[in-house]
Amino acid sequence: MAQMTMIQAITDALRTELKNDENVLVFGEDVGNNGGVFRATEGLQKEFGEDRVFDTPLAESGIGGLAIGLALQGFRPIPEIQFFGFVYEVMDSINGQMARMRFRSGGSLNAPVTIRSPFGGGVHTPEMHADSLESLMTSQPGLKVVVPSTPYDAKGLLISSIRDNDPVVFLEHLKLYRSGRQEVPEESYTIPLGKADVKREGKDLSIITYGAMVQESLKAAEELEKEGYSVEVVDLRTIQPLDIETIIASVEKTGRAMVVQEAQKQGGIAAGVVAEITDRAILSLEAPVLRVTAPDSIFPFSQAEQVWLPNSKDIVETAKKVLTF
Amino acid sequence: MAEKKSLLFDPVETLHSIEEKFEMVQILNEEGEIVNEEADPKLSDEDLQELMSRMVYTRILDQRSISLNRQGRLGFYAPTAGQEASQLASQFALKKEDFILPGYRDVPQLIWHGWPLHQAFLFSRGHFMGNQMPEGLNILPPQIIIGAQYIQAAGVALGMQKRKKEAVAITYTGDGGSSQGDFYEGINFAGSYRAPAIFIVQNNQYAISTPRELQTSAKTIAQKAVAAGIPGVLVDGMDPLAVYAVTRDARERAISGGGPTLIETMCYRYGPHTMAGDDPTRYRTSDIDSEWEKKDPLVRFRKYLEAKGLWSEEKENEVIERAKDEIKAAIKKADSAPKQTVTNMLEIMYEEVPFNVKEQLEIYKAKESK
Repeated sequence: MAQMTMIQAITDALRTELKNDENVLVFGEDVGNNGGVFRATEGLQKEFGEDRVFDTPLAESGIGGLAIGLALQGFRPIPEIQFFGFVYEVMDSINGQMARMRFRSGGSLNAPVTIRSPFGGGVHTPEMHADSLESLMTSQPGLKVVVPSTPYDAKGLLISSIRDNDPVVFLEHLKLYRSGRQEVPEESYTIPLGKADVKREGKDLSIITYGAMVQESLKAAEELEKEGYSVEVVDLRTIQPLDIETIIASVEKTGRAMVVQEAQKQGGIAAGVVAEITDRAILSLEAPVLRVTAPDSIFPFSQAEQVWLPNSKDIVETAKKVLTF
Repeated sequence: MAEKKSLLFDPVETLHSIEEKFEMVQILNEEGEIVNEEADPKLSDEDLQELMSRMVYTRILDQRSISLNRQGRLGFYAPTAGQEASQLASQFALKKEDFILPGYRDVPQLIWHGWPLHQAFLFSRGHFMGNQMPEGLNILPPQIIIGAQYIQAAGVALGMQKRKKEAVAITYTGDGGSSQGDFYEGINFAGSYRAPAIFIVQNNQYAISTPRELQTSAKTIAQKAVAAGIPGVLVDGMDPLAVYAVTRDARERAISGGGPTLIETMCYRYGPHTMAGDDPTRYRTSDIDSEWEKKDPLVRFRKYLEAKGLWSEEKENEVIERAKDEIKAAIKKADSAPKQTVTNMLEIMYEEVPFNVKEQLEIYKAKESK
């Protein structure tokens, strides 16, 4: 097995599906010759030709509309939105059109599009390059939203997303792109959408999280272990639809839960998870379900991002409140 | 089968005839010679020297910014060398009352319009104080979303028209930006209201790696004005006199009720897209680079002014030294800005602070005062 970074695992997943299905098309701004600004599509145009991997004019809305049209011709488009902060330019194509294709055609049409996009803070990018805007997508019925946290998950989840017959928004945290390597099989494999993964088992507290906060939560769990607490970390992997079964099973086991997200508190994924837990497992709870999130400002000018972004220290602090309630 | 009817109107021929009309305006050629005497804006000697000084200064600023970025003393930076004539000669045609809506590469115009240099550095470093606009300075912070400023320029211009101001809104994007919906909406809205706006496309040939040919099948970007029913001009964007003249004309037309103009300036970005890892050798050859370097705006303007006895090595060195000193001083001033906090970020969210933000302000104030 090869050791891969997340970006390599993503390229590998794209290559696997370009080989596997001739209907797969990869396109977006600078994805062709340049191999994408993060090199996610490096070498793919050379390998599969300009017919299947191609650059577009600079227009996110155009990229989204093109994907819908190509899907209607039986293709399986994988458009890239260069940074997820640019999604506002393509909101109508994704939320207003793709998400509604199956519904508005009475179930007769579909849009098997996988929108890939880097997001997330921590690397001093300029404005609109770091925002966690996933809840704009999860609040839209008709979309699935996937956020991998490891190279292995990224490949398996991306292949599943591409093969899924509904639109999937696949969000790649740019801080995770090259932050670590992991063994990733070279052959094709899938990880089902809508299935969370227990990244660490524990019996005193469940931390439910996703994306770059998985690493921070695991770090926090190690810290807490030194103080005698056994902490479970549940990586949601798919944030729409949620894997309620895994979340509830974990909470019923530990009796205490908290939710960690990089995004601002208001209207976040964490709020929905907390609601599901209190709806379904209140009698198992020994303490309120607390959240660790960023504060409710716009993603900060980069000089303030290190304090603004939640980290393992913040998680430990809140975990103690839940553990000692 | 019915015989194919001949059309009264030949759409292909019409397209070609429109495209042919968009010839590039040039006044000063690559050798520094006036090739279009009639169009020469006849700037005063002082103005010619001032414009040259600004171009030299800005070239130095670009070089220093790149090296400061490499040393980690500046953050986000989009290089400007090669675009000095497009940027500075168009700004030179403006008045203080005119409002600039820039893209992220348009920092030089903002500086010459009055944005203090240390604030431009703070912007680059990701510090909110860089974007706090001094009273009376008619600019927006550099726009990050490609093309978003175009439609806003239509709004600023319409506002100026309603306020009966003798001023224009001027906005800049690149060849890539001309593909965005906002570009079309901007020129169309402004045209619809005959709003006093100037839309500049600095066609520097590449949108990151994507060549101009891939953006559109249109022969020129200037011709896109036709569809919006507004005048469009294609100009040599490395010729400061031509850029000045067409911008001045567009401004006069706009303030006298003639509506907006679209100007495409043909130029080149010598450097990478930004300093964040773009490698132009992946998409350009050195042959293309040197082809464009021959057209350099500084080289041709220097030749022109030297021939007129208005420029010398000594003068140029004076400007270079002044630029270096001022950049040094501005960096020092930027260094003295207070450390940016999350508290700052929360404080600038709303006029009236809502409950959730108030609560978080308390938390971060306590955290950050430690």
